[in-house]
Amino acid sequence: MPNKTFFWFFLPTGLAMILFIGLPIISTGIQSFYAQHDQVVKEVKKCDPFGCTVSIVVDQEKTSKIREEKPLGKFNGFGTYVDRNHLAIEEIGKFWNETNTFGEFVDQVTNLPFYKALIFTLTYCLFVTPNVLLLGFIIALSLNAVTRRIRGPLIFGTILPMIVTPLVGSLVLFWMIDAEGIIGANLQMLMDDPYLSLKSSKTLTWITIIIYGIWHHSPFAFVVFYAALQTVPQEPVEAAIIDGASRWQRVRHIVLPHIYPVVTFVALISLMDNFRVFEPIIGFSAEGSAQSLSWLIYDNLVNEEVILFGSAAATSMMTIVGIAILLAPVLIRTWKEFRTAR
Amino acid sequence: MRETNMKKILISLLLLLFGTSAYADCNIKSGSINILANDFPALRTFVETAKGCKGSADFKVTHSSEHNKIAVPALTANPSEFSARIAANSSIVPLMNQDLIRPLDDLVKKYGKGIQDSQLITIDGKIMAVAFMANTQHLYYREDVLKELGIAVPKTYEEVVAASEKIRASGKMQYPYAAAYKAGWNLAEEFVNMYIGHGGEFFKAGTAQPNINNAKGVATLNMLKKLAGLSNPDYLTHDSEAIKVEWESGNVALMTLWASRSGTLLDDDGDAKITAATKLTGPATVAGGNIPAATLWWDGFTLAKNRSDADAEATFRALAHAAANKKMVADAADQAVWLIEGFKPGPKSIGVIEAVKMKAKPYPMLPQMGLMHGALGSEIVEFLQGKESAEQALKDVEAAYMSKAKEQGFL
Repeated sequence: MPNKTFFWFFLPTGLAMILFIGLPIISTGIQSFYAQHDQVVKEVKKCDPFGCTVSIVVDQEKTSKIREEKPLGKFNGFGTYVDRNHLAIEEIGKFWNETNTFGEFVDQVTNLPFYKALIFTLTYCLFVTPNVLLLGFIIALSLNAVTRRIRGPLIFGTILPMIVTPLVGSLVLFWMIDAEGIIGANLQMLMDDPYLSLKSSKTLTWITIIIYGIWHHSPFAFVVFYAALQTVPQEPVEAAIIDGASRWQRVRHIVLPHIYPVVTFVALISLMDNFRVFEPIIGFSAEGSAQSLSWLIYDNLVNEEVILFGSAAATSMMTIVGIAILLAPVLIRTWKEFRTAR
Repeated sequence: MRETNMKKILISLLLLLFGTSAYADCNIKSGSINILANDFPALRTFVETAKGCKGSADFKVTHSSEHNKIAVPALTANPSEFSARIAANSSIVPLMNQDLIRPLDDLVKKYGKGIQDSQLITIDGKIMAVAFMANTQHLYYREDVLKELGIAVPKTYEEVVAASEKIRASGKMQYPYAAAYKAGWNLAEEFVNMYIGHGGEFFKAGTAQPNINNAKGVATLNMLKKLAGLSNPDYLTHDSEAIKVEWESGNVALMTLWASRSGTLLDDDGDAKITAATKLTGPATVAGGNIPAATLWWDGFTLAKNRSDADAEATFRALAHAAANKKMVADAADQAVWLIEGFKPGPKSIGVIEAVKMKAKPYPMLPQMGLMHGALGSEIVEFLQGKESAEQALKDVEAAYMSKAKEQGFL
């Protein structure tokens, strides 16, 4: 396609992207550098049905004057980024000096909210993404091999986990693993441990969420791989059969190289999706044991009675940076291949 | 004979015609009313009563258990989405901090007939809300189970622990105790109650500096952990609704739960035997203290600042009608502890009345309390899971709070 045609094709999408994605990100970025003004409080008498007390309130007259002058708040630079609830630079330095062993240091650091969330998010990505790719590929290969007559219903059944809304899917599993649910109760019997609870143990909660993630995301990989498998040329496959290549050898040397670009694509999309893991944490009520970066943003925006815009914005920006770092190797590789192909 | 009949018919016709305007003083002619409220039976009754006198005003209501998440953004908009918000001691604070609600003095003077002085929430001499019901968390117990095992009704949390251990040892129930320990707001609320029961103060006097990393804080955490050990192992995922279900399934014999939930707990749904044996008592004390390990709450209505005066007036008239309604209080005496004139407390109000008698403290109405509550909800989880010491957990709470308070300009 000539560049000019491409430009006109892309223009509406590009404009929409700038308007709905680009500008909000810039605005979030600006927000992350600001904190609230210093609160002016005053002592007042408060009376309610239970009696009167002397207590403090925010002095609205003085506060509104300051707010009018500088509506964005107090410039804080990277203050929010490095505070204890985010990168915690100062605290980490302190831990490094105070702790004796490296293990102790790691314990202290992973106790900080941002790093706790980062570790869960990365663990989730690292376990879910490869398994989704593998499982999706195996299902696609197997379905490609069954007779055409039953393929339709089978495909429908396979993509069902993707059709089910994530929140509903996780809720169903949440009830099944309840101590009195079908999975939970049977596990207790199997393990002969009446105190076993999938929800109270951190490790088991993580495993549950990861299994749920694989279950939910595999159909996407499957659909893309299945479509790609339809384009594998038959001649080389037949030639390989005549040459006596085993099924594994055919997959390894003909099918995989052919669909390789698609694998990269699925890996990229999965990584991006998984890095933003959020719904299962809500669905499984797992806030106690598992927090992700997206959950931290949610927490800052809605769980507090006071909305922490600065904190939420800072975590959002760091999530974007995180995704960029994760995707960098794949993107660089694709770019290099693109250059050599030209 | 004939004449008297005609008279009767005429009178009944007249009554039919003007019957609706029997609420004469709330014949509202214009304006639009839109209310945001939490979702439990008493609030539904209250809002329905207000609707009864809406006149020709436009009337809308949103009942949601997620009301806290909507309130500040919805009231910040100008004009605000809602003309009124049913708030409580804790949820009025963010509205005050952001200057989102209007003083009600003139409206109370003009239309507040029947509202008692004790219902008025005044801050710095200005009426900011009108309360209509009180709430607290207190103990519920299964009379049959306690009687069978010869256990006296517990008055302190130490006795609750002993009783629960006895019930567990008897083999009757594995997890005899329940409270809403869901990580987040609920768990933090339990800490707040227990810490107040220990006589703790959340902040250093006159400042926003945290003050929970002390012996009282450690004792609070240890008590919470003991109780958690006697609860269903999934306790970190259980909110008020979930423990209500546990209770109705007969898995629990002692429970700390909101007074406002007693209505649905004692209704005709569910096992009649369990319902009959469910008894209410006051909140427990802890560590030899005299004040209960519980906080008193009021629910009341506030009016949005960013809304026209006409809407505010219409909304106030409708809600004031409900907040001074003796008939509603008599009809729904079971649903709540009403602060409205004419309320006669029934057996379901024991918890709140005992709490008031025992001089329970109200939930602290401080501008920075929400941040402390938020920090508690996430940072004490690891202690309960046994991954962290009490001192470390409290240190984490203070550190998390300090960062948030700095960002919000309180420190």
